Amino acid sequence: MKHLLGLKDLSKEEILKILNLAKDMKLILKSETKKTPHLQGYSVVLLFYENSTRTRTSFELAAKFMGANTTSISVATSSVQKGESLLDTVRTLEALKTDVLIVRHSFSGAPHFIAQNCSFSVINAGDGMNEHPTQALLDMFTIRERLGKLENLKVAIIGDILHSRVARSNIWGLKKFGNEITVYGPQTLLPPFIDKFANVASSLEEAVTNKDVVIDLRIQLERQKRGLISSKYEYYKFFGLNEDIYKFISKDTLIMHPGPVNRGVEISSDIMNLPNCTIEEQVTNGIAVRMAVLYLCTRKEAN
Amino acid sequence: MILIKNANIVNGIDKTVQKADILIVDDRIEKIAPAIKIENPKLEIIDASEKYVFPSFTDIHCHLREPGFEYKEDIRSGSLSAVAGGFTTICCMPNTNPPIDNRAMVAYVRYRAKEVSPIEVLPIGAITKGLNGEELSEIGLMREEGIVAISDDGKCVMNANLMRNALLYAKDFSIPVISHCEDTNLSEGGQMNLGFVSTTLGLRGIPREAESVIVARDLLLAKETKAHLHITHVSTKESVELIRRAKEWGVNVTCDTCPHYISLTEEEVIGFNTNAKVNPPLRTKEDVEALIEAIKEGVIDCIATDHAPHHKDEKNVEFNLAPSGTIGFETAFAVLYTYLIKNRGFEISKLVELLSINPRKIINLKPNMIKENQKANLVIIDPNREWEVKEEDIISKSKNSVFLGKKLTSYVEAVIYEGKILKKDGEIKC
Repeated sequence: MKHLLGLKDLSKEEILKILNLAKDMKLILKSETKKTPHLQGYSVVLLFYENSTRTRTSFELAAKFMGANTTSISVATSSVQKGESLLDTVRTLEALKTDVLIVRHSFSGAPHFIAQNCSFSVINAGDGMNEHPTQALLDMFTIRERLGKLENLKVAIIGDILHSRVARSNIWGLKKFGNEITVYGPQTLLPPFIDKFANVASSLEEAVTNKDVVIDLRIQLERQKRGLISSKYEYYKFFGLNEDIYKFISKDTLIMHPGPVNRGVEISSDIMNLPNCTIEEQVTNGIAVRMAVLYLCTRKEAN
Repeated sequence: MILIKNANIVNGIDKTVQKADILIVDDRIEKIAPAIKIENPKLEIIDASEKYVFPSFTDIHCHLREPGFEYKEDIRSGSLSAVAGGFTTICCMPNTNPPIDNRAMVAYVRYRAKEVSPIEVLPIGAITKGLNGEELSEIGLMREEGIVAISDDGKCVMNANLMRNALLYAKDFSIPVISHCEDTNLSEGGQMNLGFVSTTLGLRGIPREAESVIVARDLLLAKETKAHLHITHVSTKESVELIRRAKEWGVNVTCDTCPHYISLTEEEVIGFNTNAKVNPPLRTKEDVEALIEAIKEGVIDCIATDHAPHHKDEKNVEFNLAPSGTIGFETAFAVLYTYLIKNRGFEISKLVELLSINPRKIINLKPNMIKENQKANLVIIDPNREWEVKEEDIISKSKNSVFLGKKLTSYVEAVIYEGKILKKDGEIKC
């Protein structure tokens, strides 16, 4: 695997390879020293054009735990502010002997564009509305760990499907394992032809009832200004995982969220504290998954 | 003196293909007859056996980028690209820098074209000053200087009252108003057609209604004002249906579509291919079918290229940042031949209607005809040649063709304009 650009084009076997390796990587996280030599001598660059805490830190720690030399470029203080194009940034990174670039970009396809123009490995840490593959992989890892399987599950994805790269990556990934996906959200936040990829529920109750997993998505509050939702309060009442809706959710159903959470908008604090809510666990599993991805992308024999 | 031997002459109007020799003396067609024999040492003979001879083509919608964007294209390089595609009259849109929105700018383009272009370049003036959509340009003065139509192409005149005034005002000067139909509130931020592919790629979509609601608006305004409305680069099934109805009502409307809208779909964008980023965006198979049907019925009057050159560096960026547009002159005929004649069984004469006769009618020019005593403006086509569109073969300064790598059938082999050979055996001679 040279790059990880998305789950759409990854095979079931490739996904399993990552998840199985992540299981071993998680053992390293449990050890006291948390250090392996897998990436010793490799240069890993983090290039984030969008703000991020958990994904960026998670990748950086993953690389560091494996002995890589890491550097993080903050776009706010980089040459991008002087008008440097992405192509020129890529050429500079190449000249700086980058082995792996982890990139987050607000434009869909930006990691693909980089991959077409460079010799190093590119890992997509989220591109526009397109994909966030490591988030979906860590979700799948968490599901398999908790439920003991990854096949034939009923999964609901709730919220802003239109703008969500997490939703897309999860749909691509989970569908490869024969899972049944149901989506629900305000009509303004559902993309066209979503019914070709998933069931579309007609109510939140219907969406969450009899599900093995409910993935709740983050809502960007700027959507309110763009006329896609009317208010936070109304969103919470009709589309949020609130106490009223919780009675339709089985106690065995995993409740997941990619974070960061808008408490009281997408989900109530009480639900977040329940044992079947996996938000923090997902964060830990994220490091293991990213260690696995970094390892596979740097294996020259596999490239 | 040129003698074209064994030509299959496609004239379009009588829908026949006539086998004959064509003798060209100076700038005119002297004689059309079987087996013309001439003894003259200066005679240039072109063997056109197994070839078609068409009246040369007219494009009513292209971008030559001069002045202001000469790094993309200029009047000379654009003209040579047009010659390569068989066009000898081209109408350039006013979205240059500064824009063609006044008499002096029209004069500049006309003057430059006379100096550097081997073909006829006719400017289109801006509807509004600075293409700002706020105030009418000096349309009458620009008409006097040589514009053949007005358009704010690239932008839609969003103010319906101003568009109504433009239609009324243009009537006084007997020129069409070419409308770029795009409701910018609906298309804002959009990168491609809103649909199945935009959902899978996570690209913000442009709903088809961004085009059709303005088509509907402009048709109603044209109905009321009785002005000549020309809707350019029609791309959706709904737009076609609205225009069909309007024509039935007797509205003075004509329209064109471009080769890429009748041959390609939104799927070209997969892989974030910036050469497939065009405006309006590539649509769906259903739209392609509707456009082809509309061509067959005559609802779509002509084909325009919307030749929109962009520099390689401008297209070699993230999809969101790439400008919209594909070059079009050099592939236009072959695309139409491949998709309409070869794949759909259209009559060959339909291409004369779409490329030679109707575009000229729309801008009030006499059609080019292959007849005795007419100006010798013609194109020789090899219908059997198969070729792949390759960057290194493109004449235009820009190489941003959405057809790169595609295999096409038929090739513009020779071009003669006013008796001068501009292209022969595939080589540009001017």
